[in-house]
Amino acid sequence: MIGLSHFLALSAILFGCGAATILTKRNAIGILMGVELILNAANVNLVAFNLYNWAGEAVAQGAAPAVDGLMFAMFIIVLAAAEAAIALAIFLNFYNHFSTIDIERARMLRG
Amino acid sequence: MLLAQQSQTLEPVAPWLFYLFAGVAVLGALGVVLSQQIVRMAVFLLFTLGSVAFLYFFLEAEFLAAIQLIVYVGGTLILIIFGVMLTSKNPFVRLTVPVPQRLLGWGIGLALALMTGFLGVKYVASQGAAAHDSPSLIADAPHDSQSLIVGVQGAEHYGVADLGRNLLGKYALPLELAGVLLLVVMIGAAYIAKGRHADFEEGGAQP
Repeated sequence: MIGLSHFLALSAILFGCGAATILTKRNAIGILMGVELILNAANVNLVAFNLYNWAGEAVAQGAAPAVDGLMFAMFIIVLAAAEAAIALAIFLNFYNHFSTIDIERARMLRG
Repeated sequence: MLLAQQSQTLEPVAPWLFYLFAGVAVLGALGVVLSQQIVRMAVFLLFTLGSVAFLYFFLEAEFLAAIQLIVYVGGTLILIIFGVMLTSKNPFVRLTVPVPQRLLGWGIGLALALMTGFLGVKYVASQGAAAHDSPSLIADAPHDSQSLIVGVQGAEHYGVADLGRNLLGKYALPLELAGVLLLVVMIGAAYIAKGRHADFEEGGAQP
């Protein structure tokens, strides 16, 4: 039987892969993909906790099933789309200035 | 009741399906980490996002699975692929980091995965394994529940109606803020990607 811990383990693996992607890529768009992986891991956690630990309690008390985890996951998806759009706009600007997408070249603001 | 019966008939199949989609998701994530070509990373990310969308069905979040497929796979990933094509003369160009830095990054990622996985398993164990082996929504729901979702007779799971009721009630302010945010992002992205470039070309004579 698939339990909550299965989803938590999957989410942990996705989160670790996202963090490793952020740390080991020089391509700025690759780093953006790592961020997307981490956000997806958080979403899996939110939806799993909502089903296993949160929604049933409200039903047991006679109320409508709680969907707060799903709402948070929906807002995270919206924010991820917005963040990807802004990040890609910044990367396009960066590419126009430096003719590369290598983040090692982004040293103008270094103190 | 209807859902409970359906899930009981699906029970022998569900673990295999879960392991299939979870395996595809994990392999895709590992491909994103290990691949050095940005186009292949995008394809691996496509597999991961799609598998996670299918896993939402196991968590009874059908609407969220649809949103994941439409917004993430159909929107964000296409945007990323457009970004890849626009920011690279050769899409298969390799930008590699030194091996020590790569090993350090993988080590940190592995440590974070182990830490969060350990915390999650410890939390489940502290809550009692028996109570959480099966979804509480199906196991604990009273069969004469007064709070039936409109349009779904006899099913004790949340549907799109609950999401809509929450969006326009409890979460009305975040919904409005998300709308304003999307407008700001649209204007800001257009300005950053285009307007600055024109300014830069006009003032290009400066050293």
